[in-house]
Amino acid sequence: MPGAIYAEGLVKTFGDVRALDGVDLDVPEGTVLGMLGPNGAGKTTAVRVLTTLLRPDRGTARVAGIDVLAHPDKVRRSIGLSGQFAAVDEYLTGRENLMMVGQLYQMSGRDAKRRAVELLERFNLGDAADRTAKTYSGGMRRRLDLAAALVVSPPVMFMDEPTTGLDPRNRQALWDVIQELVAGGTTLLLTTQYLEEADRLAHDICVVDHGKVIARGTSDQLKARTGGERVEVVVHAPEHLTVAEEVLRGFGKGEGTVEPHTRKLTVPVAGGAKLLAEVIRELDIRGVEIDDIGLRRPTLDDVFIALTGHAAEAADGNGANGGTGVAEGAGDDEGGGTAGLGRQKEGVK
Amino acid sequence: MTTVTETAGGAPAPAPQARSGVSRSVRDSLVVAKRNLIRMMRIPEVVIFGLIQPIMFVVLFTYVFGGSINIPGAPVGDAQAYREFLMAGIFAQTVTFATAGAGAGIADDMHKGLIDRFRSLPMSRGAVLTGRTLADLVQTALTLVVLAVVALLIGWRTHESLAEVLAGFALLLLLGYAFSWIGALIGLSVRTPEAATSGGLIWLFPLTFISNAFVPVNGMPAFLQHVAEWNPFSATVAAARELFGNTIGGRTTSVTGAWPMEHPVLASVIWSVLIIAVFRTLAVRKYRSATA
Repeated sequence: MPGAIYAEGLVKTFGDVRALDGVDLDVPEGTVLGMLGPNGAGKTTAVRVLTTLLRPDRGTARVAGIDVLAHPDKVRRSIGLSGQFAAVDEYLTGRENLMMVGQLYQMSGRDAKRRAVELLERFNLGDAADRTAKTYSGGMRRRLDLAAALVVSPPVMFMDEPTTGLDPRNRQALWDVIQELVAGGTTLLLTTQYLEEADRLAHDICVVDHGKVIARGTSDQLKARTGGERVEVVVHAPEHLTVAEEVLRGFGKGEGTVEPHTRKLTVPVAGGAKLLAEVIRELDIRGVEIDDIGLRRPTLDDVFIALTGHAAEAADGNGANGGTGVAEGAGDDEGGGTAGLGRQKEGVK
Repeated sequence: MTTVTETAGGAPAPAPQARSGVSRSVRDSLVVAKRNLIRMMRIPEVVIFGLIQPIMFVVLFTYVFGGSINIPGAPVGDAQAYREFLMAGIFAQTVTFATAGAGAGIADDMHKGLIDRFRSLPMSRGAVLTGRTLADLVQTALTLVVLAVVALLIGWRTHESLAEVLAGFALLLLLGYAFSWIGALIGLSVRTPEAATSGGLIWLFPLTFISNAFVPVNGMPAFLQHVAEWNPFSATVAAARELFGNTIGGRTTSVTGAWPMEHPVLASVIWSVLIIAVFRTLAVRKYRSATA
């Protein structure tokens, strides 16, 4: 039986751009699919098609068992959509916003009012219920937007980059809400540019680039595709690179990389922390001064680079993928097609 | 397939009620209209600026042009005659400004993602636009009341029964409602609220000036006389003038023999209904496929 969200061969072109180029999806009921991809990959277009906002050129889609193209109005009764922007009326109060949405979901005025109160409490907006949304902080607006998407407790939810532009604290709060929601049995399709977010929230992940699903699987399965752990070393001076390279080659169990401009060497290893200690000792003996060294497990960032040949671009400076260090490669590689970590770096033989 | 209606929030949400097409459409439109009226009350400056402009026009036209424009059938330089001639024109021009309001409002909703939200809800397809145009109708009515009071203060008088005067205002409102549908289409077609505002206004100037609104048509070149007398806008001006009893020197007559000028009330209704039919159809179609 097809899942709560099911799509086959979705194609949508805008002029010359193939925003969707044959997308298939199948999200079992009660699970979360994380749709991962850079800006312009086609994530939003996919969500717009599945939420009846856009008709695809080709393909079929069913949401909650209902054909999206044949019965869009029935689909709309069973879905909630929370988009990239907090789609709330800033001149209405939180309560008025939720009541309006409830009534437009065809609830009676009384039911809509009661539901608004429940949701405002649940999303910690009770104190701000009668203030206009204009006075809300960014995080509060997102919460109100999400509450609006949940007015009828839809069995299927779509969230298009729900945390883009939120500060870490608000992002965390929103994740908690999403996790609670999923625990309650909601099927969710979540798009994100933040690999950490997909890792954290999604049962399954599909990676989208240029309108195509280029990989799918669980977070662990995808990580396994990029290989195991690696040692990463930043040497103090460029002249130490050659020696360090020799040392690492001795420990490595595969081809590594050297980035001369950052003086960083990376090599796949097996052996964990014990091996790391040996690497440090050996580098010390050979007189290589190091600024930084660490054992790195693959992140979804690595998966992304491996699959697409370019990093997931963060939309803002404080992206959730901070700390994993892949963002620095993004700028000089516009849509490069070659996969693999060796791209634009010199391979260590 | 089982559908899960329980959220982590606790109580299941009340089930949406099934409604027939028409009652759903009316109810949804009223919900959206209420939302827009609340907005108007919370942004009173929009309403206030909307009032200042026509009041300014009344005062400027009356005192600057009043003495220089000759109304056929009235003594030369009769300022009172011009005052009475002018008001229907100003009222009509004022109601057409609803175009800009509707256009900017809908463009703003698109821009902020609200149209996407509405389109993802199981609501009637035309309700977002109908609700907006209804709210604009209320605003237009309010503006007309204030403007009529100002007009009375500076000496405007009607000379027909109350019923006819009210009928005149009803025709003006109908024209305003029709024009707000043009605005709705503009709002859905442009990228920004700013573009909708200017896009909703620029064409109104030639439209309202090449008409019988501010000066008698007989002073225009022959070609413009034809344009002016067939201008849908002129029909409502002539109709209101007639119903207010502001036709100096007797019944409205046409210079070029244009049918709408001979039957202004009927022509006004026909033009407005036609505009609504055409632009409502186009706007609702556009809304269905709207993308921000």
